Amino acid sequence: MDLKEHLKTLTELTGPQGHEEAVRHYLREQWAGYVDEFEVDGFGSLISIKRGNGPEPRKKIMLCAHMDEIGMLVADIKNGYLRLSDIWGIDNRILLGKLVLIHTRSGPLKGLVAAVPPHISNTKGGADAYPEWEELWVDLGLPAAEVAATVRIGDIVTMDAPAIELMGDKVAGKAMDDRACVAAVTACLDYLKSRKHEWDVYAVASAQEETGLFGAATAAYKVQPDLAIALDVAFAQQPGVNGDEYPKHGGAPVIGIGPNLHDGLNKGLQDTAKQLEMSLFTETYTGNTGTDAWSIQVSREGIPTALLGVPVRNMHTPIETVLVKDIDRVGRLMAEFIVGLTDEFLDKIAWKPDSGEKKNGADQ
Amino acid sequence: MALQDTMLKQLSEAAGVSGAEDEVRQMIYDTIQDHVTDLRVDTMGNILAVKKGTGKSSLKVMLAAHMDEVGFMVTGVDGEGLIKFASVGGIDPRILPALRVHVGKDKTPGVITWKPIHLSWKEKDVKKPDSFRIDIGAENKGAAEGKAKLGDRVTFASETIALTDTIVRGKAFDDRAGCAELIEIIKGDPFPFDLLIAFTVQEEIGLRGAKVAAQALNPDVAVVLETTAAHEVPQDEDEPDITTVTKLGHGPVITYMDKGSIAHPGLRKLFVRVAEQLGIPHQFRSPQYAGGTDAGAIQTSLAGVATLTFSLPCRYLHSPYLILDLNDFQNAVKLLRATLMQLSPSDLER
Repeated sequence: MDLKEHLKTLTELTGPQGHEEAVRHYLREQWAGYVDEFEVDGFGSLISIKRGNGPEPRKKIMLCAHMDEIGMLVADIKNGYLRLSDIWGIDNRILLGKLVLIHTRSGPLKGLVAAVPPHISNTKGGADAYPEWEELWVDLGLPAAEVAATVRIGDIVTMDAPAIELMGDKVAGKAMDDRACVAAVTACLDYLKSRKHEWDVYAVASAQEETGLFGAATAAYKVQPDLAIALDVAFAQQPGVNGDEYPKHGGAPVIGIGPNLHDGLNKGLQDTAKQLEMSLFTETYTGNTGTDAWSIQVSREGIPTALLGVPVRNMHTPIETVLVKDIDRVGRLMAEFIVGLTDEFLDKIAWKPDSGEKKNGADQ
Repeated sequence: MALQDTMLKQLSEAAGVSGAEDEVRQMIYDTIQDHVTDLRVDTMGNILAVKKGTGKSSLKVMLAAHMDEVGFMVTGVDGEGLIKFASVGGIDPRILPALRVHVGKDKTPGVITWKPIHLSWKEKDVKKPDSFRIDIGAENKGAAEGKAKLGDRVTFASETIALTDTIVRGKAFDDRAGCAELIEIIKGDPFPFDLLIAFTVQEEIGLRGAKVAAQALNPDVAVVLETTAAHEVPQDEDEPDITTVTKLGHGPVITYMDKGSIAHPGLRKLFVRVAEQLGIPHQFRSPQYAGGTDAGAIQTSLAGVATLTFSLPCRYLHSPYLILDLNDFQNAVKLLRATLMQLSPSDLER
């Protein structure tokens, strides 16, 4: 599998919150060779099942990366120009002079967010503030009548941002959040192709993470897994994002620790990483990780959940930047962990009362 | 007239930030060499040439279009292998976040980094160019310096495409559209006089090339082929109306006055008269919200040159993507050609 090409294709698909069908369709095709069955939950999350070879009933591990991207809607149409409304997560400060796609009933239209030329803005008192949403207009270069006949309020809008390759095996584009992690799930499935594993693997591409971690919740309810690994992008070091608490490109897998995440499951992943001589970058979360892990953990009667991540620069922009190797490493770690899973693992990580000796500190 | 009927796509996608117009210059030089005489490149990099006339008139008429575009210059590489840069020409710093660019002669793809909204949503002040970095993916300073030398120019990474049969979108139409227009004129019929041609450099940093071009060509009269702001986005009622500037599809723009020059009245009247005679759509440009053009440098050169700026209405000047209407382009070529054919010394009398 060509992971870089897969990633580029994934990020260029249109799939803002609640409109993930193109991504779901593509993943069904891409994963068909890896898995045994597909299901779709009521929210639109894609659930693929790769059966293990352990005796039935088999335990289930769910891998969950969200396939939705941040997007916008057409909010207003005036004289052929469009105003936009954020579904959630787009940074209005980056939009001037950027390209967007308006997804109309008769296909996508190419739009440009109009930038007032400095000749005018300087005379008007200068460019002293970033424009608010209501000050931004999209120019389609089409006659007003044609726009009025084609575009409807509520049409979805995404960034027009083909993936580009940078030096050093890096790729920049939109929707790396979280399709980079979807690609890591693909990489995991690819590694598992030639390996035996006892557990059933449920690879989930969740819907509507970016509106409230919804698809992961419904998928987890439907799958009812014994273990879950949520995958999401992590802030990579870059200008304005400095300090040891952030990973660098090349620092993956990133693993989260904190109350949202299960220490026992983490220990299992850490042990696997140690076997592979793979370094992990640990991120601490005091509460909500803001990822699918938050909703999966409290599904059903509670699910031991871990969070793995890929470092991304410029998150929530059309130039989200990743290192392809980071994605591959996350996929490999998950695959090796899954291969090593036995029925005893759940018992190993379950809570047990302290023995008397331990209470007395005898084992210290 | 469609995009492929002009040189606009090739010209606008070429790199030519002020002082580094090499790629554009080569393209134009190759294109016009069989159509002109006295072709030369001066010390600043202007292309100067003569299109021989029929010999009926001894007027010395100059046409000028600038080859340079606004962009950026590499000013250093930081310890992380990220590139520091400064703007060349007037650029609104609000277009910088998450911008795609090409760095240096190799056109190495790069992106201007932007701190994620999750960590920066409270930061409202417009950030200055020196706080931004270009990321080309280099792992360290050495790798970046191999691709981004001090002084290397950086352009917008914008493809030129047609949005409709005649509406096109791309970078650097300011002033590659003027260059493409001049090429059309050069390829057309001869005029009664020898036409003096200048593709100029360094307009965007102060009309530098045009000054020496005029001094070298010594014209009686000059027309500067430019683009000018059109801005038609809907406005609130309480805002000063900027949609009055110029409009796409309403024809070429006869400029009365801009920031750096007042058009020669006789020349202006001639353009209007010919446009009305032939029924060619045209519009006028007030000095409101205007920039300067090469006209300002040419008009005041030598002992004074009768000068007019003749422009194409163009949206979003100095941004990564401009939009213009090729109907305006076609009408500009038509009106310019017809006007020059009728130009006589009496039009220039004061």
